[in-house]
Amino acid sequence: MTKDSVSKTSRRGLLQAGLAGVGAIAAAPAMAQQDYITAAMKTPGRPFSPYGMPATYESGVKRLVGPPGVNPGTGSSRTPLEMLEGIITPSGLHYERHHNGVPDIDPAAHRLLIHGLVKNPLEFSIDALMRYPRISAMHFMECGGNSGANSGPTPPPLTAGGIHGLLSCSEWTGVKLSLLLDEAGVQPEGKWMLAESGDAAGLSRSIPLAAAHEVGILALYQNGERIRPEQGYPVRLLMPGWEGNLNIKWLHRLKVVPGPMNTKDETSKYSLLQPDGKSRQFNFPLPVKSTITRPSGNMTMSGAGYYEVSGLAWSGHGAIAKVEVSLDGGKTWAAADMPGPVLPQCLTKFRINWDWDGKPATIMSRATDEKGNVQPPHAVWMAQYAPGQAYQNNGIQCWAIGADNTVKNAYA
Amino acid sequence: MRKIALAALFCVLAAPVFAQGSSPEVGAPHYGVPADPARIKAWDISIAPDGTGLPPGKGSVAEGLAIYSQKCVMCHGVDGAGKPADRLTGGIGTLTSAAPVKTVASFWPYATTLFDYTRRAMPVTTPRTLTDHETYALVAYILSVDGIVKKDAVLDAKSLPKVKMPNRDGFIDHSSITH
Repeated sequence: MTKDSVSKTSRRGLLQAGLAGVGAIAAAPAMAQQDYITAAMKTPGRPFSPYGMPATYESGVKRLVGPPGVNPGTGSSRTPLEMLEGIITPSGLHYERHHNGVPDIDPAAHRLLIHGLVKNPLEFSIDALMRYPRISAMHFMECGGNSGANSGPTPPPLTAGGIHGLLSCSEWTGVKLSLLLDEAGVQPEGKWMLAESGDAAGLSRSIPLAAAHEVGILALYQNGERIRPEQGYPVRLLMPGWEGNLNIKWLHRLKVVPGPMNTKDETSKYSLLQPDGKSRQFNFPLPVKSTITRPSGNMTMSGAGYYEVSGLAWSGHGAIAKVEVSLDGGKTWAAADMPGPVLPQCLTKFRINWDWDGKPATIMSRATDEKGNVQPPHAVWMAQYAPGQAYQNNGIQCWAIGADNTVKNAYA
Repeated sequence: MRKIALAALFCVLAAPVFAQGSSPEVGAPHYGVPADPARIKAWDISIAPDGTGLPPGKGSVAEGLAIYSQKCVMCHGVDGAGKPADRLTGGIGTLTSAAPVKTVASFWPYATTLFDYTRRAMPVTTPRTLTDHETYALVAYILSVDGIVKKDAVLDAKSLPKVKMPNRDGFIDHSSITH
């Protein structure tokens, strides 16, 4: 929207300048009359390329790389949600969350070990995994810390991507984990599974075995091509709808164990501290959430008139059942259209028409999933947790629109 | 392999491939290869809360302080006070306050997790370089700062799982919610 309004303004500005300059520069109108015959029509275009890239004019559409942590590869980059359209995230714009950089893994040397409480401990090469039958599904991936910026006392002046951009959605293709678990033969005492990455953080998480067997996928492909290094090349664990952290990238080991291992990332991190001092541990499916992406934070409105208000909704518990939108600060709500595919654990697009009168307005969306979970107001979400608890924030996102055409992050 | 060979034989005999007109039922593929026990032992670095997986060796608080001063203090600060990396010590009793301070000492439920994580991921620029001995010593030192273990403590595979962390009972298990 910023771009649209800027380009419209500048075009209008040019036209006005051109009209004003009619008397002053006689050649200008003649040039303008021929501007439909462009250089692109008079010169052969460039040749073929082995791997296509976005238009150079779109170079501003890129991941929001956060400040480096203790070392350059620790931290995150975010998907610029407000600059994209539809439910699939281009693979190069998929958010990143790394705990010690992106490893360079030679698939020919990579092995996946399945061991522990199994009858036959097995190693799988990537070539071997490529021989199994494949399944494909579209699922969102979201960091458990996404939207955490909205967990402080005041709303930070950020964009939709800056707040909610640890969220992306891809078509993932891979092998059902159950095939490999059955091949190894899980022993009856095996109730959990430790999944470990082969990176410099050795990130590991415990997952209940029944759920892993039911829905787990070893993802080899992302949006039609082999999974990107930033998403776990050559193979990542996919637990659809579960918090990103346990969808172990660069997967190299699965150990069947009797109980949870209580690793660093499932105790000290990704647990939800409540006001009573107790922490909710093992928070697997991500809560139902939505945000309007257009218009959204730090965009500039183009004055009163028609707007398509649109955004994204998703839930780790299943498909989105409905999205309601309020354009008057929560006083009245209307059901938004959901024009695209509505799939379980997948980003779902919503849209609604708006004839803006140019007066200050606060807009927001509220998603409900097929299990009946409803996105809570920001203050209700905040009250559930201790100060500073920033994981799994699914409070309703408000955008305050000013008569001066500004759009700002707001809590109500 | 036998199934594939049989299928090839049927082809030679010109038997129909699609008897039902749909994707036929076949046996599940088996392309995993048996993993060598010695390889598994070296590969498996995970430690369970009951101490399963802890290696031989031991380390003292004094040894840990020496290693910490050399390899850890530049990121985790003097006495584990933090900055630029995570704060490791202090904060006990703050979890119900207006400004909870989550550290190893105040928040982590198991000492085994500290051994597991330190050995696999630290120091951040040279992970997987600490010996088991060094890891025991570092864990002993970090826990000693808040008196969770005594200043003369020596930790090993027997004593480490017995360390009672202050927030051991501070977690509510939500793992039954999977859908």
